[in-house]
Amino acid sequence: MNRLTLFGGIVGAIILVALAAPILHLPDPVRQDVANRLAGPMAGSLLGRDEFGRDVLSRLIWGARVSLTVAFSSAAIACAVGVTLGLLGGYLRGIAEFLSVRSMDVILCFPPVLLALLVVTLLGPGAGTLILVLSILYVPGFVRVTYAEVLSVRAQEYVEAVRALGIHPLNIIFRTILPNVAGPILVQLSLAVASAVVIESGLSFLGLGVVPPDPSWGLMIRGARATMDQAPLLLLWPCAALTITILAMNLLCDALRDWVDPRSGRRSLG
Amino acid sequence: MLWFLRRIAVSLLLAWLVATIVFMTLHIVPGDPAELLMSTGGVAPDPAAVEELRERLGLNQPLMTQYGAFLMGLLRGDLGVSLIDEYPVLDEIALRLPRTLELIGVASLLAIVVALPAGTYAAVHRDGAFDRAASAVTALLLAIPVFVVGTLLILLLAQMLRVMPAGGYVPFAQNPIQHLTLLALPALAIAKGLAAVLFRMTRASVLDVLHRDHVRTARSKGLAPGHVMTLHVVRNALLPVLTVLGLHMGTLLGGTVLVEYVFNWPGMSTPLLRAVEARDYPMVVGIVLTISGLFLMINLIMDLLYGVLDPRIRTA
Repeated sequence: MNRLTLFGGIVGAIILVALAAPILHLPDPVRQDVANRLAGPMAGSLLGRDEFGRDVLSRLIWGARVSLTVAFSSAAIACAVGVTLGLLGGYLRGIAEFLSVRSMDVILCFPPVLLALLVVTLLGPGAGTLILVLSILYVPGFVRVTYAEVLSVRAQEYVEAVRALGIHPLNIIFRTILPNVAGPILVQLSLAVASAVVIESGLSFLGLGVVPPDPSWGLMIRGARATMDQAPLLLLWPCAALTITILAMNLLCDALRDWVDPRSGRRSLG
Repeated sequence: MLWFLRRIAVSLLLAWLVATIVFMTLHIVPGDPAELLMSTGGVAPDPAAVEELRERLGLNQPLMTQYGAFLMGLLRGDLGVSLIDEYPVLDEIALRLPRTLELIGVASLLAIVVALPAGTYAAVHRDGAFDRAASAVTALLLAIPVFVVGTLLILLLAQMLRVMPAGGYVPFAQNPIQHLTLLALPALAIAKGLAAVLFRMTRASVLDVLHRDHVRTARSKGLAPGHVMTLHVVRNALLPVLTVLGLHMGTLLGGTVLVEYVFNWPGMSTPLLRAVEARDYPMVVGIVLTISGLFLMINLIMDLLYGVLDPRIRTA
């Protein structure tokens, strides 16, 4: 089986489970049951209970939902904004290029987590803040990729042809150029989603991302740290879920890149 | 020479833009900044307290006056005082920064010492057993978030095997051995991501250089294989690796915040996280500016080094 199908299938399965959370008849992920705190596997709780007696499996699956929602929304917003800026900058050149492409260098001067913490200070933690911060962080990547692609495509003869036909520039940009630069943008999108999962979990781990009692893998690791001497498994489940998800996403990114650009070789070298 | 000066000027321009953006964030968000900083979810803040905060941050002055005062403060090295205990932000940073730099320095060294030889070896013996194993390990290392590695190291080595301390800090002057023991795990956690990135980049770069004409020429004129490897291949292959090292520093600095938290290492992240939670704006701004400045400086040094090592780039 080729790698794209394999890793695409794994990531798809993770997304599907997260989407299906409401219909899986899971116990309430935020309902506390102190009598059963740190209980091992039991009927109705396949992976046991956490430090407040909440169902671990249910929190893992609902946590995936929160993480993936944040990751996909921020990547999608960054993609929409970044691709538009990149298309305009690359096609119009001149002052538009300076404003849309060069200005992005400034965002890249900030270490990502630091910029995120600055915004969290102002707006307070929460899923909304996370989506906003992550979108800002990933816009420059999309702008750069789109811009570079547009530069090579705009000189092609078929673009010259539609321009000679007198088509409106906006139509050329979005209907002629965009479809021809979509491949690398798709790769960039997958990279942004994978990276967003990492940063979301990190900020939640610091207690500055998703707000309790909402479940999130980062928050679960944070909570389980205090009880790791009594219940090490409690720590391992979210760590494993997070690592497997990121690994599958990274491998999917590599496979996607090789598929979009076969010249990059059998194995990813970057 | 002109190239070096231009590169330094660009960095200064970027530093000014970074400072301006940090200044603007407080004013760009909708609503009154002072009210925003005092708000705690739903409850309207006390008007007198808001007015006092406005006074302390100088928010009731015209925007340009505030901006001027902010830039002048930066030039003088005055980052203001903490909103919580009136402690000068610069003093806090001066106390903490060396500890963070020590961690980053040791971690980078660790990563370079492991990744460069491993990457070169893997490239030379492409598709061999070591190459396959190392590439798989690299993929795994890149997938595990840095705070997960840190937490798992504590679980394994401190909780279960009890061979390492779970974290903390002892000054080097007080007890050097204890200091280095406490430094080992956080440095290892930070080094893992960098080592993985450097390994991949070294491997790719060496593979690329191995097939260049000048290497073929060197081989065909009968130079010793070791000589060709060190002087013709590795020397040329290291240049792109240097750039990646600089670019990756941003992720590294962010990861350091998490690792210091996990291991209770009293570097920059302790006051930073405390300040973010308490919404101590001057402290957050001071630390974010310091670390961003550090990031800019590292990249500038990498670029200048690149210019020294490869004179061709200076004409580009």
